[in-house]
Parts: sequence; C-alpha cells; structure tokens
Amino acid sequence: MHLSHDFGVWVAALLTLCIFSFLYKDNPFYKFAEHLFVGVSAGYYIILNFWTVVVPNLWVPLVRSFGQPGGPLRASLGDYRIWLALPGMLGLLLFTRLFGRVGWLSRWSLAVIIGVYAGLKTTGFAQGDFVAQVQASLQPLWTGNFWTSFNAILFTVGLITSLLFFFFSREHKGALGVASRVGIVFLMISFGAGYGYTVMSRVSLLIGRFQFLLEDWLGHR
Amino acid sequence: MSLVKRLETFDRRWIFLTVGLLVLLPLIWPVPLPITVGPRAQKFYDAIEALPEGSTVLLACDYDPGAKPELVPMTRSVLRHLFARHCKAIITCLWNGGPGLVDQTVREVGREQGKVYGVDYVDLGYKAGYEAVMVLMGQSIPNTFPTDQSGGVTTSYPIMQGIRNYSSFPILISISAGYPGTKEYVQQVEGRFHIKIIAGVTAVSAPEFYAYLQSGQLQGLLGGMAGAAEYEKLRGESGAATRGMVPQSFAHVFIAFCILAGNAVQWLKRREKSA
Repeated sequence: MHLSHDFGVWVAALLTLCIFSFLYKDNPFYKFAEHLFVGVSAGYYIILNFWTVVVPNLWVPLVRSFGQPGGPLRASLGDYRIWLALPGMLGLLLFTRLFGRVGWLSRWSLAVIIGVYAGLKTTGFAQGDFVAQVQASLQPLWTGNFWTSFNAILFTVGLITSLLFFFFSREHKGALGVASRVGIVFLMISFGAGYGYTVMSRVSLLIGRFQFLLEDWLGHR
Repeated sequence: MSLVKRLETFDRRWIFLTVGLLVLLPLIWPVPLPITVGPRAQKFYDAIEALPEGSTVLLACDYDPGAKPELVPMTRSVLRHLFARHCKAIITCLWNGGPGLVDQTVREVGREQGKVYGVDYVDLGYKAGYEAVMVLMGQSIPNTFPTDQSGGVTTSYPIMQGIRNYSSFPILISISAGYPGTKEYVQQVEGRFHIKIIAGVTAVSAPEFYAYLQSGQLQGLLGGMAGAAEYEKLRGESGAATRGMVPQSFAHVFIAFCILAGNAVQWLKRREKSA
C-alpha cells in the first residue's frame, strides 16, 4: 500500500468519508460536505457557462467584428454578427427578475426558450419516437422460425395489453379487465427489470467510490 | 418479541454495512467470476470493428462525475478501440459537470496510446443548449464549437480539416448518463441527419434504450458497468468495470435476498393477523 501524496486525492477521500458517515446518522461532517458541494457546484456552473458560452459565442465574435471593415453588419461565416446582440439582450432580460417592477420583461426570454424547446421536443419526439417506434412495432407474427415468431407474438400481446391498461374510458371489466390484468403483468416485469438496472447503477457508484478510496487514496493494487 | 416483529424493526444500518462489506472485500481479495458477452455489447463492438481504418468518429460524452464508475471505463475502452483501428475521435460534452472529467479521461488515453492532440483526437469541450446544440451541429460543428476545451480555435487543428457536420462521420458514439444524451441524439439526429448511432449508457437508463435497439435506431448498446465489463472482455482488457463486476454480483445476490426476506415478513405478518 502506498498512500497518495496528492492533496486533491486526500480532500476527495475525506469528503467521501464525510458523505458516507450519513449512513450511520446525520452529523456535522456530512452537513459540511453537503454544503461545500452545493456552494462549489454553484460557483463552478456560473464560471463554466460564462467562459464556455458567453465569452466564445457572444463576447469574442461581437468584439472581433468591430475590428473588421463593416463591423458587426458585415456578413461573416454566413451570418451577421449584429444578430448576436438579440440573444445577448434576451439573456440580460432574464436578470430583470431581480428588479420587481420590470421583472415581467424576463417573460420574453422565457417565452423564446420555452417556444424553441417545445418545437424541438415535438419534432424530435414525432420523428425519433412516435413514427419510428410504431413502425418497429408492426412485426410479422409468423416468420417461419418458432422462437422468432414466439418472440414477436409475445411482444405484440405485451404491447396491446399494456396499452389497454391505460385505456380508462371504460371500466376494466370482462375482456378489457382480463387484457388490462395481463398488461399489468408485462408492466410489472418491465418495472422489475428497471429496478434491477437501478440497483446496478447505485451499486456501481459505491464500487466507484471504494475503488477510488482503495486504489487512488490508499494505493492498493 | 416475535420473529416478525424483530425483523420489522431490524436496524437498516446492518444492511448498509453488509452491502458495504460485500462490495469492499472482493475489491481487496478478488474472486474470479465469468463474464458472458451479450448480443448488445457484441453489436457495439462489431459496429466499431466495421469502421474503415482511419475514419474520424464523433464521440459524445454526456455525463458528469456521478456516472464515472460506469461511463469512464466505457469511454476509455472505446477510445483505445478507435485508436487501435487508427481512427480519429472528435469529442463533445453537453453536460456542464462533465468537461473536466471527460478531458482528463481523453487525454490520459491519448497519452497512453501515443496519440497527438489536435491530430488524432480533439476535445471540443462543453456547450450549453441541450438539443439545440445537437441540431446546430447538424449545420456546422466548427461554428457550434468555435473553441475547444482548452480555448484553442477549433478550425486550427488538422483533425478538424474537412469536418462540416454529421455527414463527416460514419458513426456517432454516444456515451450518456441521461438528459441530454443518447435519447436526444436518437430523437434529434438519427432520423434527421441519417447517422448510425451506438451508445453506452448508465444501467439506470438502459431499459428505455432497448426499444431503440429493437427498432434499429441504435446499432449497439452497452448498459452500465455490466455492459462496460462485457466490452472490456471483447477488447481483452481487464479494467475498472471488470474488477467491479464481482462486488456487483455479490451485492445483487444480497439485495435479491433482502427483497425475498421483506416479502416473507409481510406474508408472515398477514398470516399472524388472520390467525
């Protein structure tokens, strides 16, 4: 075992132990690590977005354009740099929320953000999920091979009964009741698979932390 | 106190301790357990094997340190695989917590494989905007990422010469921990720009991608640490994911036992009540 000589590794290891201490009970070490994480994250995100978004995408192109003949009104790289002033202004308007009387101005920026994302999401969902998934669901039930056909039939039964479970315009009685109960079985199996994968993800996090403590901090190989 | 009562009031910290020991001890004293390669990981591997040597690939690393144990081993193996096939990699990140970790991982593998930054690989860094960035990349990647992670002008690197948009790549490899990530690349990019996608995702999000795999919108899938370990096996590596699979298996068996025990307690309680 060779203990790490890296100060950063020691800080990370001690903070990991502080967080783990919560498993015994809530305590000041855990609280300290939690508050430190929240504070550092907030500062990190502000600085990161300033230097990777505002500076290269808005500030630098605008400032550079003033040094060229034609200034920001000159067509460059297929656009006019002056257009950048518009998203810049919308970004600034978001801060009007801090000043009560003109706070309503921030709604313009929010309207643009919501409108753009609603449009992107709708087209993305229609193209990537809805049409493609409906197409993929239309499978031939008999393929000539027993197991492939069995798979296709099972898939189709699962799909239809699961959809019927979410049909609430009629009481789940009779044939609809039977179908929706079969649908529940398929849904439960999918929830079980989801739960198993969630456990794997969470245990992976624990393994990752233990690997860090053992290998990077304590030098165990 | 009856057994049912005692089990009902069982201090859950004993469960935490047991899971902790089941994870820790196999990491100190490894036990060999076989890893079986599934068809999803095989497809992922085959898709990279099928790339023409020397291709330039878009590698989207959309995760942050929370997904490090699952996705960093995948990123390392994918990069080693690409470099072994003399492919070049252009790396992007749409998660604001991720660029530092991704850059560190990419440069480590680049150094280890003797590859040159800017020639064999480049890290374009983080860009805010989620799906909007993905769509913008379809118009122009150099315009979307005018500078790389270290502030260098993107178009000044030899690897970026001739790179315009998605049509410049034979494949997009998405390593993602959630939103924005693989799902959004399928929705916004696969159908619209007709690019082949393979993905490595966290275990918690893996089930939702099976539908995309079945529909052919994804050509291969690595799910969580198990997927990463399968891929490492195909590559003949013994990395962090492979080492993590033994504690993973032990913890799963114990959690399955806890679920059965919990159900047994509920059943006994109901029987006691009815008696």
